[in-house]
Amino acid sequence: MSAVLTSLATPADAVATRKPRRVLPGFGLSLGYTLVYLSLLVLIPLSAVFLKTATMGWERFWQVVSSPRVLASYELSFGAALLAAALNTVFGALLAWSLVRYSFPGKKLVDALIDLPFALPTAVAGIALTALYSRNGWLGAVLEPLGIKVAFTPLGVLVALTFIGLPFVVRTVQPVLEDIDTELEEAAASLGAQRWQTIRHIVLPILTPALLTGFALAFARAVGEYGSVIFIAGNLPMVSEITPLMIITKLEQYDYAGATAIAAVMLVFSFALLLGINGLQAWSARSRGVGAGRNGR
Amino acid sequence: MSAAASALALALPRPLAHAARFESNAATREQRWVKRTVLSLGLGFFALFLLLPLATVFTEALRKGFGVYLNALIEPDALSALKLTLIAALIAVPLNLVFGVWAAWLVSKFDFRGKSFLVTLIDLPFSVSPVVAGLIYVLMFGAQGWFGPWLQAHDLKIVFAVPGIVLATVFVTFPFVARELIPLMEAQGREEEEAATVLGASGWQTFWHVTLPNVKWGLLYGVILCNARAFGEFGAVSVVSGHIRGVTNTLPLHVEILYNEYQFAAAFAVASLLALLALVTLGLKSVVEWQQAKAHTQSTQ
Repeated sequence: MSAVLTSLATPADAVATRKPRRVLPGFGLSLGYTLVYLSLLVLIPLSAVFLKTATMGWERFWQVVSSPRVLASYELSFGAALLAAALNTVFGALLAWSLVRYSFPGKKLVDALIDLPFALPTAVAGIALTALYSRNGWLGAVLEPLGIKVAFTPLGVLVALTFIGLPFVVRTVQPVLEDIDTELEEAAASLGAQRWQTIRHIVLPILTPALLTGFALAFARAVGEYGSVIFIAGNLPMVSEITPLMIITKLEQYDYAGATAIAAVMLVFSFALLLGINGLQAWSARSRGVGAGRNGR
Repeated sequence: MSAAASALALALPRPLAHAARFESNAATREQRWVKRTVLSLGLGFFALFLLLPLATVFTEALRKGFGVYLNALIEPDALSALKLTLIAALIAVPLNLVFGVWAAWLVSKFDFRGKSFLVTLIDLPFSVSPVVAGLIYVLMFGAQGWFGPWLQAHDLKIVFAVPGIVLATVFVTFPFVARELIPLMEAQGREEEEAATVLGASGWQTFWHVTLPNVKWGLLYGVILCNARAFGEFGAVSVVSGHIRGVTNTLPLHVEILYNEYQFAAAFAVASLLALLALVTLGLKSVVEWQQAKAHTQSTQ
C-alpha cells in the first residue's frame, strides 16, 4: 500500500525544478553509461538502415518497396497479423476472464503456461506447428480431408502469428480485471442491471484500453515475426511470403540496398506503432486508476 | 511514463488471487452455462494453440526411439551449437544485466528532461523485427558495411562469425532487465535510498544494501527472461550467422538445418531440449512470482 502512495505522490514525470537538488549519487555516471550503451548497440546500428536507404535515391527506393512481390508480402504480413491479433483479443479476454473470475482444476498450470510463446524459441514453435498441421500431423490429418489446408498456405501464417501473440492480451487484461472494484458491479446489480448489462456497460469500458493495448502489442510482435512463420508458410512468392522473409531473400541475393529499403519501411512502421502503444498504455494506466477500487492493491 | 515502462506483457505478474470472492458474490458471477461456455472457449483455444504444439515437440522427438533421440543430442555439431549458444548467452545476459541496473537507477531515482523518450528508446529493440536486428549489424560490419573495409584490412571478422551472433543476441535481449526493474524501482520510491545516503552510505553501499534487497526477485525474473530469449533467438542470429555448420550455428539454427535436411526426429530432439529450457524458465518464473508475493506480504505486514 505504501508503495502505491509513494508512486502517486511522486509521479515519474514530475517536471524537474529548474535546479533539481539531487540527493542520490550516480546521476552523471548512470546517464552517461545508459546513453553510450544505448547508442553503441541500438541507435547507431539502427541509424545505419536510414543512412543506407538515403544513399539509394528515391526512385530506386520506391521501385523496391512497391514491387508486386513486396506489396503482396505487406498484404500477408499486415493482414495475417491483424487477424491474429483480433483472434487473440477475443480469446485472450476469455482466458483472462477465466483465470481471474473462475476457479477450475489446473488453473495454476494454465496460468504458468500462458507465457510459453515468450519462452519457447520461435524456430521450435515453427517446426512444431508445421508438424501439427501437415498432412500426417494430429490436426492436419483431421482438417485436410475436410478440404482445409493449413500448413504451407497463408492460413498457416495466421496460425503461427496467433501462437506467438497469445500471451499479450491475456497479460494486459488480467491485472486490470483483478483490480476492478467489485462494488461497481454490486452497485449495478442492486440497481437492477442484468449481468450482461453490467458487463457491457461497466466492465467492458474499463477493460477497453487494456484490450486495445494487448491487441497493439500482439499486432506489433506479429508483423515482425520470422522464426515461427517461415517453416509453416511454405514461402511461395506472391502467396505466402512474409515481409521479413523478403529482407532475407534480398540479402541472399547480395542486394543489400533492397533489403535495407524494406527494413526502413518496417522500422518506420514499428516506430509509429511503438508511439501508439505508449499512448495506449498511458490511457490504460489512467483508466485503471479510475477503475481500481479500494480492494485493488 | 511509468505506464510505458510497466511492460505489460513482461511485468512480473502477481500470483492468482482467489476467484472465490467473485464466484460467491451474486453480483459478480455469471450463470452456470455462461461460465461453462467461457471456460471451454478459453481453455479450448489454450489447448489448441499452446498445448498441442508443445506436445508435438516431444512426441516427434521420440518418434524414432530413444537411441535416435540421444544420438541427435550428442553428435558433434549439436554440441558445438550448444557451446556457441551458451557463449552468446553468457556474454549477452551479464551485459544487459549491468545495463538494466544502471538504466533503472537513472530512470527511477532522478528526474530529468526527456526521461519518457529515453524509456521508449530502451524499449525499441522489442518492436524491431528480429530480421532487421540482424541486418543492422550486417550494414555496420559486413563486407560492404561501414567498418567492412577496415575490419578486412585488420583480418577481423564480426558478421558470419561469433562476435556477430553475440551482438545480435545482445540487441534482441537488450530491454529485458531494464524493463523489469524500472517499474519496480519506481514503485519503491526514493526515501529509503535518500535516508541511507544522508546517513553516510556510499552510492554502492546504498544500492547493495537498500535497493537490491527490494528488487532482487524482479531482477532475477528479468535475467530469466533475458536468458530464455538469448537461448532461443532465431531471426536476428540467422541473418548474421552465415550458417557455417559446427562454427557459427546456435541451437535454434541447428534445428532449422536438421529440419530442412528432413532429419525430423533429430530436429525435434534438439528442439525438445530448447522446449525443456522454456518449461524450466516458466517454472522458475512461477517460483519467483511466489517469492515476490511472499516478500510483498511480509513488507506490508
